[in-house]
Amino acid sequence: MPQIFHRSTNTLSRVSIVSVLVIVGGVIGILTQINRTPYISQAYMAKQQPVQFSHKHHVGDDGIDCRYCHQTVETQASAGIPSTKTCMNCHSQLFATSPYLEPIRESWRTGKPLLWTRVHDLPDFVYFNHSIHVSKGVGCSTCHGRIDLMPQTWQVQSLQMEWCLECHRAPEKFVRPKDKIFEMEWPASGFDQAVEGPKLVKEYKIQNQNVMTSCSTCHR
Amino acid sequence: MADAMKQTGQEASNAAYGPPPVIGPGHTFASVTEKIASIVLRKGTKRGWMVGFGLSFLGMLMMLNTITYLVFKGIGIWGNNTTVGWAFDIINFVWWIGIGHAGTLISAILLLMRQSWRTSINRFAEAMTLFAVACAGLFPALHTGRPWLDYWLFPYPNTMGMWPNFRSPLMWDVFAVSTYATVSALFWFIGLIPDLATLRDRATSKIRKVIYGMLALGWRGSTRHWSRYETAYLLLAGLSTPLVLSVHTIVSFDFSIGIIPGWHATIFPPYFVAGAIYAGFAMVLTLGIPIRKYYGLDDFITNRHLRNMAKVMLATGLIVGYGYAMEAFFAWYSANTYEAYMYKNRTTGPYWYIYWLLILCNIAVPQLLWIKKYRESTVMLFVISMFINVGMWLERFVIIVTSLHRDFLPSAWTMYTPTVFDFTMFFGTIGFFLTLMFLFIRILPMISIYEMRTMVPEAKLKSEAHASPDKPAMPPAGGPQESPA
Repeated sequence: MPQIFHRSTNTLSRVSIVSVLVIVGGVIGILTQINRTPYISQAYMAKQQPVQFSHKHHVGDDGIDCRYCHQTVETQASAGIPSTKTCMNCHSQLFATSPYLEPIRESWRTGKPLLWTRVHDLPDFVYFNHSIHVSKGVGCSTCHGRIDLMPQTWQVQSLQMEWCLECHRAPEKFVRPKDKIFEMEWPASGFDQAVEGPKLVKEYKIQNQNVMTSCSTCHR
Repeated sequence: MADAMKQTGQEASNAAYGPPPVIGPGHTFASVTEKIASIVLRKGTKRGWMVGFGLSFLGMLMMLNTITYLVFKGIGIWGNNTTVGWAFDIINFVWWIGIGHAGTLISAILLLMRQSWRTSINRFAEAMTLFAVACAGLFPALHTGRPWLDYWLFPYPNTMGMWPNFRSPLMWDVFAVSTYATVSALFWFIGLIPDLATLRDRATSKIRKVIYGMLALGWRGSTRHWSRYETAYLLLAGLSTPLVLSVHTIVSFDFSIGIIPGWHATIFPPYFVAGAIYAGFAMVLTLGIPIRKYYGLDDFITNRHLRNMAKVMLATGLIVGYGYAMEAFFAWYSANTYEAYMYKNRTTGPYWYIYWLLILCNIAVPQLLWIKKYRESTVMLFVISMFINVGMWLERFVIIVTSLHRDFLPSAWTMYTPTVFDFTMFFGTIGFFLTLMFLFIRILPMISIYEMRTMVPEAKLKSEAHASPDKPAMPPAGGPQESPA
């Protein structure tokens, strides 16, 4: 009886067993990593805004405090987007004729607010409150990055749940003293997080992990 | 099982030749191979097969249509409501999973116990297991409502930084059923390899040679192959054995971990396992009797096989009956109002007729198996096994629906009425199951050729003569169920 298969079939079948394992494993691995790329999470992707607003200029060069514009960050769930009036406090005098600022002046004339594009857009099934984070020692730059260096605004974190849990599971690695919340350059030299972190957690009375990672803490 | 075998022995002992043989008289290695292989390798297809396959395929199409509509519309097309959140979907899941158990029991436990009568029924019982698990798996996958997200059930490194809830029996179910499916498929395929090689060697057309050849994985039947093969087969049998008990135990945890009256009972695991084997053997008989008749396989699936299966059914049926009795007993003995009400509701509540039908099908009718005449009659066995198939389905209906529809809050009390899509889905899976079964008997040997060869008298003589050197690679010598002694 003639052979049905060529000799090479032996090698081929061995190779195919190994490659099926490698390919299936590889594809699953790649898929899980694709989900973590900025393509999915939108991190580092600057959004088109109605006005070319530069945090770098306002925060980094001019040194304006975060709370000048984001007024409710310490007291409310939303940090707050400044009204056109806040812009006009300065820009009725400075760059008052700049064509870049025409949308602001138009908004000022017509009373129609500017429609900014949300950069940090959490899913609707997540309850997020800025004030609790700020009052428990989470600094702006911990989540928003070096906003004072961003000419355009982008998110620097994935905003995926595993990122939230990184801090909710171990807040002592991230909390800072109350007076350093709005500091952009952090961690500052000379601050020992390993020593100070647990102390601050105690001082702020941050709840234990069971509460911090309970489903209904964030999904209400 | 041992009792059943002893009894069989006693029946035949008046003839003083030991138990009746598990193969008809006059068979040789060649005739066994020829008989089984010719069913697969014949040219053209029998008309009866075509009709049966066509009808089953229509059933499968009905299932596929239901699934399509279900995916577009959502599980609201079923009759489930907020009180009866589990209904046909889980009833059918448990029913199908249970049916699969006979296959594993026959192939693994009976193999390890060296019950030679398993040989002619193990192959199609294993196939039945596999197809039943395929049907069962559809229901939990679809009842999630968003089947495209079912991969969430598995622990994988997700961006949520979380694992599934390992303390939930529903999670254990995912592992139990997927392990069961994998091991059953492996066991079935490993068992097929020598037969696939036989088919490859006997096939005449090029395409069959290539396909069976690829599936046979280069099997040459050398002594080394056989030695490794038997080790692998025994190891897999060992792996499958705990599955017979574990899978349905975990399925029963889906209920017994919950605090619903009628679910929260420690008797559930053994009672479910016995029920599964009961249902499985009933299904083996339901399939085996017509197949044996149609393909004239009386020599291989002898009356002794049917008798033994009837005895297993009788034994497991009594265990199931004990389970029902204990439910009633504990409803009273626990002095728990909810348990007592549950039992009263089952027997006299709005679904009373389902409960009593269940007792009729599962407890009353199978008692006919005590009578030898009925154990010998294929018609009666077929009818009784049909009753059991129905009865086991009703049992799950009683457990799930009657327990749920009377919630702790009377304001939530409701009735469950299945919709037409519940039925098209259920009967559709039967079509799906039969479609796979028909394909299986057409393209693969439904009885293990190489194991049947060890059953013929020739094999006994050769293994006793310690296989003379001119007969080197004879499969029977030291076959898995033939101890050398």
